[in-house]
Amino acid sequence: MSWLFIGLLVAGAYGFKAFGSVVLIGRMLPAPLDRCLALLPAALLPALIVVGTFSSGRHLTIDARAAGVGVAAIAAWKRVPFPVVIVVGSAVTALVRALA
Amino acid sequence: MPEASPRPPHPVTASITLGLAVGVFGVSFGVLATASGLSIAKTCALSLLVFTGASQFTAVSVHASGGSSASALASALLLAARNGAYGLAMSRRMRGGVPRRLLAAHLTLDESTAMASAQPDDRDAEKAFWITGLAVFVFWNLGTLVGALVGDHIGDPTRYGLDAAFPVGFVALLMPQLRAQPSRVAALGGAAIALVLIPLTPVGVPVLAAGVAALAGLFVPRGAR
Repeated sequence: MSWLFIGLLVAGAYGFKAFGSVVLIGRMLPAPLDRCLALLPAALLPALIVVGTFSSGRHLTIDARAAGVGVAAIAAWKRVPFPVVIVVGSAVTALVRALA
Repeated sequence: MPEASPRPPHPVTASITLGLAVGVFGVSFGVLATASGLSIAKTCALSLLVFTGASQFTAVSVHASGGSSASALASALLLAARNGAYGLAMSRRMRGGVPRRLLAAHLTLDESTAMASAQPDDRDAEKAFWITGLAVFVFWNLGTLVGALVGDHIGDPTRYGLDAAFPVGFVALLMPQLRAQPSRVAALGGAAIALVLIPLTPVGVPVLAAGVAALAGLFVPRGAR
């Protein structure tokens, strides 16, 4: 991997972040568009969850992660503190994986 | 419904928890990158400057498997593109001028955006963003350095189920956002789009395309949030 490659990757990765972060500064968006932007995290987070839980590359899979995420979702709903939710979710995943 | 739904987590404890998991993956990245022949300087430069874990892993593994630089770059940037959407979403909740925003841009990631989006108040959201972004930056880079210098003494993070730590954390951060109807529609839509696209599109596209579900905002009756 050359320094040129690293430079291009840095420029591209930062370019996306910077463009998104500054392009709307000082602009008043129409209310419906602003509502869409406000909903963007609510749309993207479930996609991250689905990809992180049920995919392995381009394959759909159900494995130990589904058990961990499922148990953790119940814990989070029951207002278990965040760090405990993370530990429980990881531990259940590790346990199911070890047993399987 | 609001009675039962959880409150957003405290940003400091939550970001340190996620940061620790990030750090373990940082060690993995350091080990993988140096094992594939990268120098320690290049390995650390990737984590300091690219600072997008999934893109870094992809770039290194495409290189290690003998893929071309063009395909490594394309795959890595496809995964990085969603940070642009995070930047858009965060920019409407952040204060300050361009220099401050350009600094914030470097910390714009899954974790920092997710943690901020769980906070209903803009001030809290901005605080959560900076705390989480900095925590992830510190742990990711320390982990990378340790992995590159010391090598593999922690072992595969999946042995500890830490690959599940991120979806688990995002579930906990999504829940407080699901109080309002439009958020629930956007969330269901985003999940469905990702599920359908996983087997059909290159890695990175399912999450990016899920952003389309935010168009649910166009169909919200006036006055509803």
